Amino acid sequence: MAFLQLKSVGQTYFSRTSATTALEDISLSINEGEFTSILGPSGCGKSTLLSIIAGLLIPTAGSVMVNNKPVNHPHPKIGYMLQQDYLFPWKTIEDNITLGLKLRNQNTDEHIQGAFRLLKEIGLEHTKSKYPSELSGGMRQRVALVRTLATQPKMLLLDEPFSALDYQTKLKLEDLVSSTLKEHGKTAILVTHDIGEAIAMSDNVILLSSNPGRIFRTFKIPKTLKSLLPFEARQHSDFSATFQQIWEELEHIEQNDHEQETS
Amino acid sequence: MSKMITNKKHLEFLLAIKKEKRNIRIVQLLIFLSFFSMWEISSIQGWINPLLFSSPSKIWSLFLEKASDGSLYIHVAFTLGETVLGFILGTLFGTLLAALLWWSPFLSKVLDPYLVVLNAMPKVALGPILIVAIGPNFGSIIAMGVLISVIITTLVVYTAFQNVDENYVKVVRSFGGDKKQCFKEVILPACFPSIISSLKVNVGLSWVGVIVGEFLVSKQGLGYMIIYGFQVFNFTLVLMSLLIIAVMATLMYQGVEYLESKLIKHHS
Ligand SMILES: Nc1ncnc2c1ncn2[C@@H]1O[C@H](COP(=O)(O)OP(=O)(O)OP(=O)(O)O)[C@@H](O)[C@H]1O
Ligand SMILES: [Mg+2]
Repeated sequence: MAFLQLKSVGQTYFSRTSATTALEDISLSINEGEFTSILGPSGCGKSTLLSIIAGLLIPTAGSVMVNNKPVNHPHPKIGYMLQQDYLFPWKTIEDNITLGLKLRNQNTDEHIQGAFRLLKEIGLEHTKSKYPSELSGGMRQRVALVRTLATQPKMLLLDEPFSALDYQTKLKLEDLVSSTLKEHGKTAILVTHDIGEAIAMSDNVILLSSNPGRIFRTFKIPKTLKSLLPFEARQHSDFSATFQQIWEELEHIEQNDHEQETS
Repeated sequence: MSKMITNKKHLEFLLAIKKEKRNIRIVQLLIFLSFFSMWEISSIQGWINPLLFSSPSKIWSLFLEKASDGSLYIHVAFTLGETVLGFILGTLFGTLLAALLWWSPFLSKVLDPYLVVLNAMPKVALGPILIVAIGPNFGSIIAMGVLISVIITTLVVYTAFQNVDENYVKVVRSFGGDKKQCFKEVILPACFPSIISSLKVNVGLSWVGVIVGEFLVSKQGLGYMIIYGFQVFNFTLVLMSLLIIAVMATLMYQGVEYLESKLIKHHS
């Protein structure tokens, strides 16, 4: 049975002068433990889709179900990591990573120790009493991941978590996140611009077209790549073939967009 | 070798900073001394009217006299107390009102024109009305100190509330936080710098409010001393009160700056 199910979800933003349809007729289902990536051009509604799944935004059409129950407020089993880290600058790292526990009234010793363990796993135990401004971009991103994982969500929504990082840090974090999530048996949706990242990390890749955002195609990543760490997967011979395939589909989307604009 | 050169350059750099700082202090002191000595000399020589402008030495001896008979402390304590109370209450009410406006966008839209009008109005003009309403006492002086700072605080803090990055609120909401928690965890702490800076403005405003209040009703305080000195043509008393106010207001401002450095170390 699917953990997450979207049925013809659509989102239209209204303003005084216009109505923008950001998403239209999005239907998908994701099983527990699956890693899904969403690729698509800028402005096609990826962040909007994550906000809807996170329960922060009620879609103007369709429905979102988690375990067959409709979601209309932030679900305790879903963790959302925003496009930037958004660590609270006035809180220490310790207070930042336990924020979710505090808000969910789960700040028992056991849970707090769990959060500290995660921080240790991710190699940042020594930063506990520091402030976010004293950390590098990559470190902050890792702290944000710990903050999201601390409430022990079943599913993680990651919005371009690595886009602001340098290439090397990004490759390392991909491995770290991928292994951390696998180890804890998490379901995940990753939004990214990077085709390679999508292939290396996921089981499924969803391609969105823009204006309005629709599901253009869904790819299954070959089994040979799924079992590998992202860094290894990038070296594998099946990687470039899959890359080529997705690349061509993305070209199609852009062509369609272009035709729409010119017609 | 090159490290030694860098070290030497660094030392020279530090020395240059130190020297500049010392020069600034010297010039500041010079201005201070020459101002007061010019004042003194002009007064003795009769270049300025000593009855109107008094002189530093007369002010100082009056200060010593008033200080030794203890009457000065009562006046200073009275005014200082009113001002501190006025500015704390003004900031507090202003922030509370801002919170209310943030809580209810509808209310904020309704109240918007009224706030603009109230802000533009010279609050001290309300003095007589306050006295009639509250009575010619301590209460109406405090009310004056509060009134003069509360609206501007509301406007400044509310604008700061609105400018908080919406994504921090999203983080709290994604953890199931409600509106109250959003306010407590994000909006309020994110705006501490703005609240403190309105505190700084309010130090000055509250002094205005309280002194004007004392002009109107009081039998005590520095404002009363100014008005009294004016009525009996004792300008030494007026100027002494002014100097004391200047010192007090500066100390209070520095206190707020100290608070600022303690409270908002990590807001960036
Ligand atoms: N709050 C909002 N009000 C009105 N329009 C919005 C709002 N948020 C997003 N949009 C519009 O919806 C569309 C999709 O935005 P969204 O942020 O979901 O795109 P995205 O795919 O995440 O883009 P990017 O890759 O650049 O992050 C855009 O056209 C955007 O202008
Ligand atoms: Mg986005």
